[in-house]
Amino acid sequence: MRLKSQFITALTILLISITSAHGIEGDAKAGEQTASLCVACHQADGSGMNIPGGESWPRLAGLDARYLYKQLVDVQAGTRTSPTMMPFVNMLDEQQMKNVSLYYSQLEPTQAAGGEDATDRQLALGEKLATEGDWDRYIVPCSSCHGPGNLGAGEHFPAIAGQHAGYIAAQLRAWQSGKRDNDPQHLMLAIAERMNDEDINAVAKWLSLQPAKPAR
Amino acid sequence: MDSLLKKRTLSLAVLAGIFSLGLHAETTGKRVPTNIPQPEKGQYVHVPPTMDDLEKSSMHPELKRVIRRGRDLFVNTQQLRGKNVFNDMNCNSCHMGEGRLPFSAPVWPAAVVLPNYRPKNDHVNNLEERIAGCFSYSMNGTPPEYGSDNMVALATYHQWLAKGVPVYQSGKTMYGRGYPKLPEPAEGMSYERGKQVYQENCSICHAEDGSGLRQNGEVVFPPVWGDASYNWGAGITRNFTLSSFVKHNMPLGQPNSLTDQQSWDVAYYINSHERPQDPRYTGDVKETRKKYLETFHKHTNYGLEVNGKLLGDHENLGGEKDFLKPDVLRARTYTAD
Repeated sequence: MRLKSQFITALTILLISITSAHGIEGDAKAGEQTASLCVACHQADGSGMNIPGGESWPRLAGLDARYLYKQLVDVQAGTRTSPTMMPFVNMLDEQQMKNVSLYYSQLEPTQAAGGEDATDRQLALGEKLATEGDWDRYIVPCSSCHGPGNLGAGEHFPAIAGQHAGYIAAQLRAWQSGKRDNDPQHLMLAIAERMNDEDINAVAKWLSLQPAKPAR
Repeated sequence: MDSLLKKRTLSLAVLAGIFSLGLHAETTGKRVPTNIPQPEKGQYVHVPPTMDDLEKSSMHPELKRVIRRGRDLFVNTQQLRGKNVFNDMNCNSCHMGEGRLPFSAPVWPAAVVLPNYRPKNDHVNNLEERIAGCFSYSMNGTPPEYGSDNMVALATYHQWLAKGVPVYQSGKTMYGRGYPKLPEPAEGMSYERGKQVYQENCSICHAEDGSGLRQNGEVVFPPVWGDASYNWGAGITRNFTLSSFVKHNMPLGQPNSLTDQQSWDVAYYINSHERPQDPRYTGDVKETRKKYLETFHKHTNYGLEVNGKLLGDHENLGGEKDFLKPDVLRARTYTAD
């Protein structure tokens, strides 16, 4: 009896330590079950898929749980428009959204696609925009918010290195057209609308070719 | 002939400026315009060269290498952490856009107005001594030695950015120099209003407690107060300097989006928090404030009581730093021995 209660206490402490490390109270194991709704597009390993000419599905593996959760909340609330995601997200309650966000955040980041056909010119422009920006057009470097290696910074600025080129390009265009509008303080919108098609293609391709996790 | 040529150069420079300093028509009509002030009539507009220009130039390869090294130190000054830098700042944190951006204290003017008399230390300073000031206060550290590889590389980068600018012309006519002082705040400065501005516009990156954000061991957003921020002797602790920096540069990517009043209020709020001790500290904060009042501290909150706390009344040097004043901060006399 006493042993049992000690075991439960230990388990509780373990669970709390796992979940609070990500700033989201959830259960990744339960999230794995919920993820059965997601795997058709986002794949069992969370790698998503780059689909040239179609709607690319973003890689979720290893992204910040708090960022993922906010996106789910926004899709459900209609502040992030996604006809593809909407029917699935509408099936989830708040706890399920937390669980599934936590689950994907704990998967090993996978490599992205979509940059294989990039020209040298595109790679040079993409690298410049991602790491140095173009201040003459007030395009700040991606890394100034998305962090070292563009691997994400905190809960608001997701990893974009190792994300599919098709997804990055589509999101930048969605900001330009006003279709996507859920970035805090419109920090992304401000930059996206200063970019031209050449910039978007170049930066999306270059980022997709970068490592999805820090070098060891 | 001479003056005609000069005139043409100037108007070409102005045109080039409009099209290459983020001022072009493309940014108007956007949902988040940059609203960068246009050059005024008679202002000298300089567009500093870019790294692309450097690669294309016919300068000696060794000079190019040293300029690249200077730029690298400028944008990643954290590589001197623990040696010259004892906080989370980079040169680029305040002199944004690689030190080229107008209204973000672009660094090329320093290369053409110095050596000059500087009220802050009451003697004539050259470019290296000016850079040493940044290391001592804004980086809460100690400068690379005069004439050392790193110091020469930084100075060379500054000088190169000033390529083509006449030396010792009147600095007052330079477009986008420094952080131009905003009109006095109509409603004074308020801690409470500033706190609200901070929470709504700044805390997403710089954190509620001003500590900024580090990720994977690197600084992403610099701390704006606290142990890892600039010290009480840094120019940006002056409320008029910080308010103009904020107005013209923050939030990132959204310059000129806050009102003048909001910028003054948030500057006052930020500079009403603690930070590492002024290296010129005499051991008594009120005495130190008085000693440097006219040339500096009349614009700061150092040595003043805010919310019942006397700011700067401590011996805290900022965590890792184990000296108060770098040796290089000393008086000069320029007289024969």
